[in-house]
Formats: sequence, structure tokens, C-alpha cells
Amino acid sequence: MADIAQPLPSTAVAANHWGDLSVRLRRGAEYVAIPLFALAISGFLFSLLLLALGKSPIEFFQLVERGGFGTAFSLQNTLQRSSPLILTALCVALPARIGLVVIGGEGALVLGGFAGAVVAIPLVVGKVSPLLTLCIMAATSMLIGAIWIGIVGYLRYARGVNETISSLLMTYIGIAIMNFFVEGSLRDLTNPNKPSTMPIGDTYMVGHIPGTDVHWGLAAGIVLSIVLYILLSRTTFGFAVRVSGGNPRAALAQGLPVGQLIVICCAIAGACAGLAGFFEVAAIQGRANASLAAGYGYTGILVAFLARHNPLAIVPVAILFGGIVASGGLIERRMGLPDATVLVLQGLTFVVLLMSETLYGRFKIFQVRGAADRT
Amino acid sequence: MSGGATFIVLVALIGGALRVSTPFMFVALGECLTEKSGRVNLGLEGTLVLGAMTGYAISYHSGSPWLGVLAAGCAGSVLGAMHGYICKLPRVNDIAVGIAMMLFGTGIAFFFGKPYIQPSAPRLGSFSLGAWTGNQEIATALQINPLLLVGIAVGLAMAWAFSNTKWGLIVRMTGDSAPSAKAMGVSVDLVRFLATTVGGFLAGIGGAFLSLYYPGSWNQGLSSGQGLMAVALVIFARWSPVRCVLAALLFGAAGAIGPALQSVGITQGYYFFNAAPYILTLFIMIASAGSARAARDVPGELSITK
Repeated sequence: MADIAQPLPSTAVAANHWGDLSVRLRRGAEYVAIPLFALAISGFLFSLLLLALGKSPIEFFQLVERGGFGTAFSLQNTLQRSSPLILTALCVALPARIGLVVIGGEGALVLGGFAGAVVAIPLVVGKVSPLLTLCIMAATSMLIGAIWIGIVGYLRYARGVNETISSLLMTYIGIAIMNFFVEGSLRDLTNPNKPSTMPIGDTYMVGHIPGTDVHWGLAAGIVLSIVLYILLSRTTFGFAVRVSGGNPRAALAQGLPVGQLIVICCAIAGACAGLAGFFEVAAIQGRANASLAAGYGYTGILVAFLARHNPLAIVPVAILFGGIVASGGLIERRMGLPDATVLVLQGLTFVVLLMSETLYGRFKIFQVRGAADRT
Repeated sequence: MSGGATFIVLVALIGGALRVSTPFMFVALGECLTEKSGRVNLGLEGTLVLGAMTGYAISYHSGSPWLGVLAAGCAGSVLGAMHGYICKLPRVNDIAVGIAMMLFGTGIAFFFGKPYIQPSAPRLGSFSLGAWTGNQEIATALQINPLLLVGIAVGLAMAWAFSNTKWGLIVRMTGDSAPSAKAMGVSVDLVRFLATTVGGFLAGIGGAFLSLYYPGSWNQGLSSGQGLMAVALVIFARWSPVRCVLAALLFGAAGAIGPALQSVGITQGYYFFNAAPYILTLFIMIASAGSARAARDVPGELSITK
């Protein structure tokens, strides 16, 4: 730019200040409006599918409303389910900010939860205090999750292994490792129904948030979202991450430790998913078994993309999808639809959402004149 | 392990390679074609599952398994065409679309496939390569399905077409440098759309093999990552159709380790051997991703290795 050395007139500086706000607001509105538009379109397409099958879309959405949000009971059930969704979505969002598409949250959740359940066995037998036990369990789950996804980040940086494929492979490996132990040496032989590890017992379970039936996982998820939002947007580390995600070559040229940043981001992401596994074990199941692989990790991918990898936006999106997942059973019973209905809706939403990426910058209402080179 | 047991395991491994490898082969060949044109379709796992369901359902209704195979291919090409169409929109990331198509394809297959879990559909037939030995075990182990031969033929034909035909040249050029394809008057979007559609067709056929021959039934746990592994396998095969076929055979053998050991009474670590193909894939990816030869053979426009 030729005029960069010339001092700006003071009025222009003032206008610039307000201009920035207006740019930010309009951009922000675009990031909300287009995903909402995508949600509406996918809802419409899904309604067409239901009509084609002779089912009523109105009944479907009423059931989602009732089964997910309508009553105090269903709302609490929804919030309970949104906790692992928030945490697994964070597992996608954080690497995404540094330019990696990691979809292995399911594996980190399963293996983290399993590790937590295993480390609890000697502590429960040795009658260690519940609070200490839970802290050790949570730390183990997060550590294992961090290592699991950290490996994906390391392989990406050090060996150029595609992180999307490797993280999904790691999920299959993680589930196989859990099955190997749960059906083998760590199986609780007193439980003939389903191969599981030893239960941790009621006194060792994570309690509920006072006044609700929702376990503390929701609070942990919300707090972590806020912390990670601040980390990404208000700290030097977050700035370095965003620079590396935007342009790795420029980041390297600036002397940023891109490899380290990638591994740290992936490790934090994995720790979030591991924590989700901890809460599934310590607040819901009470033991590790195949029910841990309930698909939260996959729904979390969609949640993160809908939230545009913004940790704060993840919370409301996770609650919305928590509600849709929670109402699945009701829909199945009342409308005679298969249990994969929710899966179809999710897949459709994901496809439409990604198509909507092409709409950014196409609507004049979100654009500010001369704002193209400011962000 | 005694000599007899080793022999049984070996025969089972070869038999497994012949049986298990076919879906890998079709998916890998489909992905190879797509990636040669410069686009990645990670959604072939979903295509595989949808192909399996469609093939089974059509075979059940029509009584003809081969009609099922054809229908599976068509269902796969619909998903491939969707992927191809969406990716040509500006600012859309093909890796993310692949993940979405994986979830979408699986969801649709489970949704429409529920009524077909119980009923039994007519399967594809097979013939034995080992009948002449007169040994019953070998004869059973070396049962092969015509689709395996079709897969090998497709692989050879693709290799020939890539190096000897105008169409092969156009696909390779689109994959190596979109600007030069444009300069030659080739529509990059159209070539990639067609390559993704045909790739989906092949992956769909791979799915039909799963439900109509081996394991030979339709359920929700039918494919556990075969489609994904096949995508990884293409990198290992360095985008050569012939090496895709060979790599698929290797993977088939790896997948047969667990059942083969089980057949001689070694049941310990069954779940570990179930994980063997995934671990093998991961190690193969680690070994091949950074190699100089892979860097030389990779299509220039591909986003998967960048």
C-alpha cells in the first residue's frame, strides 16, 4: 500500500473504530445466519423425506420438541447428553483452528473412559476417598485422551500422515483395545449380561448439579468451552495457533513452533474427549463397556462444524443436538421410524451445512464497503 | 504350532486374502480413480455400507444377486455424484464433505436397511480354485467369487487406460495440474465429477460383495472401517491401480489372521487380531506418507497429502 506511511486524519481513526464494530457485527451475523439457513434447509429436506415415506414431519418436530426440550425431565435428559457432545466437539474444534480435521473424538472418549474405569478398580477396592478417586480417574482419562489424539497430531506434523484418516483408524483401534480387555483379563465375571469392567459402585459416582438431575459433566463442558475460547482468542498461544492454522508457512517463517503447537492443540483436544469418557463412566454407566461407543464422537464432529469451531457457539449447538439425540427413542416408538432416523438427519444436516460454505461473502447485506482487507 | 496347524493357518490366510480382499480392492480402485483426478473422497466408507444394503435389498426383492450388485453400484454412484457436485462449489472442502457423506451414507443405509436385517437374500455363487487337489480343506479355503476376478480385471484395465488412452491422460492431467487441463480446454469440474461418480460405483460394488458373498448378510456392523482403510491403502499403493489390487490382497490376508488362528484353536487375543488391519493400515500410512517415492507419484492437485 502506497499511503501506509501517511498519518491518518483523526476523524478517519474515529470512524474506523466504529467501522470495525460494524464490520464485526455484520460478519458475526453472517456466521450465525448461514448455519441457521443450512439447518432450515436440511429440516425442509428431511420433511420431504418423511412425507415421501408417508410420515408427518409436523409430528416429527413436535416429538423432538417434546422428547428433547418440552418437559423438565426431557430437558435434563437433553442437557445430560449434550455434555459429551460439547466435549467431543471441542476435540474437533481445537485442531480445526490450527488447520487439522481430526475426527477421532470417539476413540479418545472410549479409551479415556476405559482407562478411568480401570484405574478406579484398585482405588475402589482399597477404599480411597471418592473425591480423590474421581480426581485420579478424571486425570487418567484426560491423559490417555491427550496421548491418543496427541499421537495423531505428532504423526501429522512429523510424518505427514493425514490426520483425518489416522484419527478415525485410531478410533477403531481404541475400541478394539477396550474390547480386548473388557472381554478378557479385566472382565467382571459377576456380570453375565454384558462384558464390562468392575463397577465403581454408587458411592464413587459423580453427583448431580444441585437442584437438577444433570451430572457435573455439563458444567465441566461449559467451563472448558469458555476457557478454550479465552485461550484461543485472548492469549499469545491462541494467536500463534490461529496464525499457524491460517498460514503454516508464514508461521514457520515467523519462528513459531508449529509442530509443538499442533501436538499441544491435539493433546488438549484429546483431553476434552477423554474427559467426556470419564463422565460417561463415572456419571452414567458406572463401568466401561461397549456402550461407551455410543456415537457421541461422530455427532460431536457435526456440532463443531455447525459452531464453526467456535468453543462458545459449541454449547448451544450441542444442546440442540443433545435434544435431537435424546428424542430418538420417542420418535422410534411413536412414529415407527428406525433408530437410524437421527443419523440420517445428522448426515443430511452435515452435507447441507458444508454446501452452505459456498454462500459466505455472497450476500451484500453482510458486506461493508472497503472492509475486504480488514478482518 | 505343529506343521499341520501352520499349514491350515497358511491356507486360511490365502483363502482369507482371496475372500476378504475384494471389497478393499473395489473401494481402493474407486478411490484411486477419484484421487487421480485430483479429488479426495473420504466418504467411501458410507458408500460401501449403502452399497451393501442396496445390493442385499435388491437381491432379496428380485431374486437375482447380480441385479443387486448392479443396484449397489448405482447407489454408490449416486453418493459419488453428490460428493462430486458438492465439491465443485467454491470454498467447499472435499475432506469435510467426505466425512459428511460417510455419516450420511451410513445413516441412509441403516434407515432403509432395517427391514432387511432378518430376511435371507439369494447370495452370489462361487467356484473353487483348489478342487483339483482333492483336499477338502484347500477346496473350501480357495473358494473364489467372480467379483474378485472382475476387480483384478478392472485394476488392470485402469492401469492400461491411465497410460494408453486419451481419457486416462485427461484424468491424470486434471489431477496433476488443473490450470494445464483448463488450458487444454478440458472441464476440470466435469472430469472430477465423473471420476468421483465412477469411483462411487466401484465402491458400491465392493459393498455388494460384503452383503452378498462374504460375510454374506446385511447388518449394521457389516463394514467396520474397510472403506476407510481402502482409502488409506491408495496412498500406500502410490496411486497405481495394479498396486491397489496387490495391496488389497495383502489387507485381505491381514484381516484373515484372527479367524485363521481361531480355526486352529488359538482364541486368545481375538480382539487384538481384529485390530490388526487397522494397526497395519496406520503403520503403512506412517511408512508411506513421508516417503520420497510417494511424494513423486502423488497427483499434484491432491489435498490429502498437503
